Amino acid sequence: MANTLLKIEHLTKSYDGNVILKDFNLSVRKGEVIVIIGPSGCGKSTLLRCINGLEPIQSGVIKLDDEIIDSKSKTITKLRQRVGMVFQSYDLFPHKTVLQNIILAPTLVQKRDKKEAVAEAEQLLDKVGLSDKKDSYPRQLSGGQKQRVAIVRALCMHPEVMLFDEVTAALDPEMVREVLDTMLELARQGSTMLIVTHEMEFAKAVSDRVIFLDNGEIVEEGAPHTFFNHPKTERAQKFLHTFEFEHIK
Amino acid sequence: MGDLFSQEVLQETWDIVINDMPLALWETFYVTVLATLFAVIIGLPLGVLLVVGEKDGILPLPKPFMGFLNVLINVLRSVPFLILMILVFPLTRLIVGTIVGTTASIVPLVIAAFPFVARLVESSLREINPNIIEAAQSMGASPFRIITKVMIPESVPSLISNVTIAVTTVLGYTAMSGIIGGGGLGKIAINYGYYRYKYLVMLIAVVILVLLVQLFQSVGTRLAKSTDKRLKSK
Ligand SMILES: Nc1ncnc2c1ncn2[C@@H]1O[C@H](COP(=O)(O)OP(=O)(O)OP(=O)(O)O)[C@@H](O)[C@H]1O
Ligand SMILES: [Mg+2]
Repeated sequence: MANTLLKIEHLTKSYDGNVILKDFNLSVRKGEVIVIIGPSGCGKSTLLRCINGLEPIQSGVIKLDDEIIDSKSKTITKLRQRVGMVFQSYDLFPHKTVLQNIILAPTLVQKRDKKEAVAEAEQLLDKVGLSDKKDSYPRQLSGGQKQRVAIVRALCMHPEVMLFDEVTAALDPEMVREVLDTMLELARQGSTMLIVTHEMEFAKAVSDRVIFLDNGEIVEEGAPHTFFNHPKTERAQKFLHTFEFEHIK
Repeated sequence: MGDLFSQEVLQETWDIVINDMPLALWETFYVTVLATLFAVIIGLPLGVLLVVGEKDGILPLPKPFMGFLNVLINVLRSVPFLILMILVFPLTRLIVGTIVGTTASIVPLVIAAFPFVARLVESSLREINPNIIEAAQSMGASPFRIITKVMIPESVPSLISNVTIAVTTVLGYTAMSGIIGGGGLGKIAINYGYYRYKYLVMLIAVVILVLLVQLFQSVGTRLAKSTDKRLKSK
């Protein structure tokens, strides 16, 4: 396929001999939005952490463009700058303001001009409706606002791929929407994204491709409407069934 | 005890307080501040190394080095201060040129305090939420940047509280250093109180020491609070 941006080949990841991802293969095209779903503990977070070079891997290769992502290499900090990651727990720096949180890496790591970084940060905050919060500290924000700031913080680095790990899982239901809308907007703009989520309706709406992971292996993958309406494998059927409720009255 | 407060004793005590106390107070103050400052200069980087140099830290260091560092700190911390003071006489003479006097007492104080500071810094840095360090790593920040721009700034309130503990501990040690040549309030308390039975002078010296501890502690607590951005309101 043309324009492959991220390529994972024969990836094996284990923790102390405990194999989590087995001979994992995945290619992501530029601009593609992939949703990864699967039961708890199947290795979704582990996969994203490997792509961000946060975990040493046992075998296989992960390539961004043509550069190998290796958590132990000297150039890993360069590669990490090209992969944006947003975690479930927001992880904003509590003693820095919203603006300081966002421009820290652009100015210190990417050595960009401070004025320019601030201007971009303000513009991005405006897009997610948080321009009035730029001088607030994280404790003064709601969960949904924190998570949108975390997304802006990752975006301000101009990553080529964005990784989202259950970014709405810790949010109150009424705050989930604002964060998902932010991500939908990113998808519309053509960002390349890998999204781990349990929001099935959102997954249907946002994805180009759905990957169902179980026990560290891709059990089924396909276009969202096919996967959600006609899952082929029994394991995927069973998993999707857990999100449905019977009428009891 | 009747003559503890006799006219004569009061007059004599007053004279000593007026003549000797201001200098002693100043000596105690500057020795405490300087010794703590040097202890922080040495102890802060060591405390950082203790945390980042671990096997799963952000900058894993060779195991033998970490082992050496831990043993050095533990050994220095377990030697009683009075004995340590005598043990470091050669080093004191090398650095200051003499082993008696107020300035000379700074050397053993620093040697006693830096391992303590290193442990305090270590515990401050361990309080940081590991997720925010990982977030900084995921943005491509180098270990050095993470230490200077995330770990240390994010633990400032805790570091201040802990340095306050170090200051008050050093203050206690300065009083002890009066026994072998150090100046300050400790020397006054021992010289007059212990050797010449002027208990009232000793009492006053002790009260002033207590007040100094209170002063350092309340300044430290206030600073720690005002730098903490996680608290609800100032
Ligand atoms: N640091 C670690 N050390 C040892 N085992 C780990 C570690 N991190 C994860 N694991 C194990 O790896 C497996 C996959 O974990 P992972 O976090 O990737 O699952 P997940 O699919 O993200 O699950 P969830 O939906 O609950 O977030 C789990 O069995 C977990 O116990
Ligand atoms: Mg997970």
